[in-house]
Amino acid sequence: MGAPLTFKRVLSSGWLSFRRNGWLSTATVLVMMLTLFVIGGLLLLSVVTNSVLRDLERKIDISVFFKKGTAENQILGVKHDIELLGDVLSVSYVSADEALANFRERHRDNPEILASIEELGSENPLPATLNIKAKDPQNFSSIAEFLKGKNYPAVEKVNYFENQKVIERLSAIVRGVRSVGIAIVLVLGFVAVLVAFNTVRIAIYTSREEINIMKLVGATNWYIRGPFMVEGVLHGAIAALLTAILFFPVVWLASGEILSLVPAVNLQTYFNENFVEFGLILLIVGIILGVGSSMIAIRRYLKI
Amino acid sequence: MILFENVSKIYSPTSIALQDITLGIQPREFVSLVGPSGAGKSTILKMLIAEETPTEGKVLLDGMDVTGLTLGELPYLRRRVGMVFQDYKLLAQKTVYENIAFAMEAAGKADSEIEKSVPEALEIVDLVEKQDHLPHELSGGEKQRVAIARAIINQPDVLMADEPTGNLDPANTWEIVRLLQKINELGTTVLLATHDKQIVDYLDRRVVSLERGKIIRDEMKGKYDL
Repeated sequence: MGAPLTFKRVLSSGWLSFRRNGWLSTATVLVMMLTLFVIGGLLLLSVVTNSVLRDLERKIDISVFFKKGTAENQILGVKHDIELLGDVLSVSYVSADEALANFRERHRDNPEILASIEELGSENPLPATLNIKAKDPQNFSSIAEFLKGKNYPAVEKVNYFENQKVIERLSAIVRGVRSVGIAIVLVLGFVAVLVAFNTVRIAIYTSREEINIMKLVGATNWYIRGPFMVEGVLHGAIAALLTAILFFPVVWLASGEILSLVPAVNLQTYFNENFVEFGLILLIVGIILGVGSSMIAIRRYLKI
Repeated sequence: MILFENVSKIYSPTSIALQDITLGIQPREFVSLVGPSGAGKSTILKMLIAEETPTEGKVLLDGMDVTGLTLGELPYLRRRVGMVFQDYKLLAQKTVYENIAFAMEAAGKADSEIEKSVPEALEIVDLVEKQDHLPHELSGGEKQRVAIARAIINQPDVLMADEPTGNLDPANTWEIVRLLQKINELGTTVLLATHDKQIVDYLDRRVVSLERGKIIRDEMKGKYDL
């Protein structure tokens, strides 16, 4: 049989049955929308939590304070030593002058603090510091141990030992949220896929008589399967399109809430910038879900 | 030539559908399979299109062993054997025309061929005016005529009818029986499973009587006699 002819017939019969099965198609599309909405929502949620966590991680650092009057090249020597450590992400040097300027900047709205600094005259009360960021918050203890072991004479103190508990707790929280988040995403995603699969299964169950008739008049399995796959593509694509549209008001509403909770996360901007990729992911997941469910659900009816 | 060779269908020792059936049917024959419900008439028909497989024995259609066909080969067998059922088995969402055309589409026939053959088949079963109706808008007899048109549209060697008149009133019954006769006269082997005594007696053709999975009588010009 001519392949193009068969393809044309499969396409038009899939489209026809999609249209004639009005209610069933609508119900399937709605359930798939629900599934895609959950998957899309989890995707956005993971973006939010990830950037919150990354923001949190960025805030964790340890500072090495130097004794007053330490020569700059001595500090840079220590900086160089630290940079050679594998666990270190970055080391930034803040000289005493810069520290003072930063301090003034930070408190420019507070005249009392500024006045007390002025009272000290030309003397700078702030020490020079090195701010160390680790690749992983867990590495801070080994970096701190390294500094302790070296026992640099110019180093006044390392603030890790005061903040140890907080840093450890914070990095435990970060790790916990990550793994729990992944687990939740997997479980909810799995449930959503099952719901969509079952809906398609019911839709195909109502067509079992029709499938049986097709077999009896001598249709090949691919000829029978084809229209259901076309319907699956249509269900998936339409559900993806509607879900993507649905996300506009949802993101608009959620974004304001999130922004007021965590100022670092602007969901709206992220959504606008990545809308095409986001839509494509929904489309691909929707089509795979639609076609895959149909293929699996129809299998048992083809074995006669 | 259809040949059932020592065919048995045994579901369990207490449930035996067919027991050692041997039956040969020549081309262009009109054979009635008669017997009470559960005698095994439907099982025999289903075996010829490999919807059921025998526990023992062989089913041959023109020398080809039907029981050995793969899932991929079955569609080609089923295009050679038209099938009509008591409950019509029409596609509810397709019109009369589409139901008949579907069997040709599934067989990969060209559009031009379909446009030529379907009206001819509608002519044979006298349903030209109803071609755009959906099955639920038809009477039982009309539905069965659509089913027959669909069964013969791919010019099968064999037409099997499983209690085709079981749901019909006498007037429609005779219409269907005459239609089957006409198709047989046009050169198709017809296998009719029925328990309607009047039909069998009227046909005056070969009758194979079944009882509890066994052939108890096989007469060339038979009457319904159980």
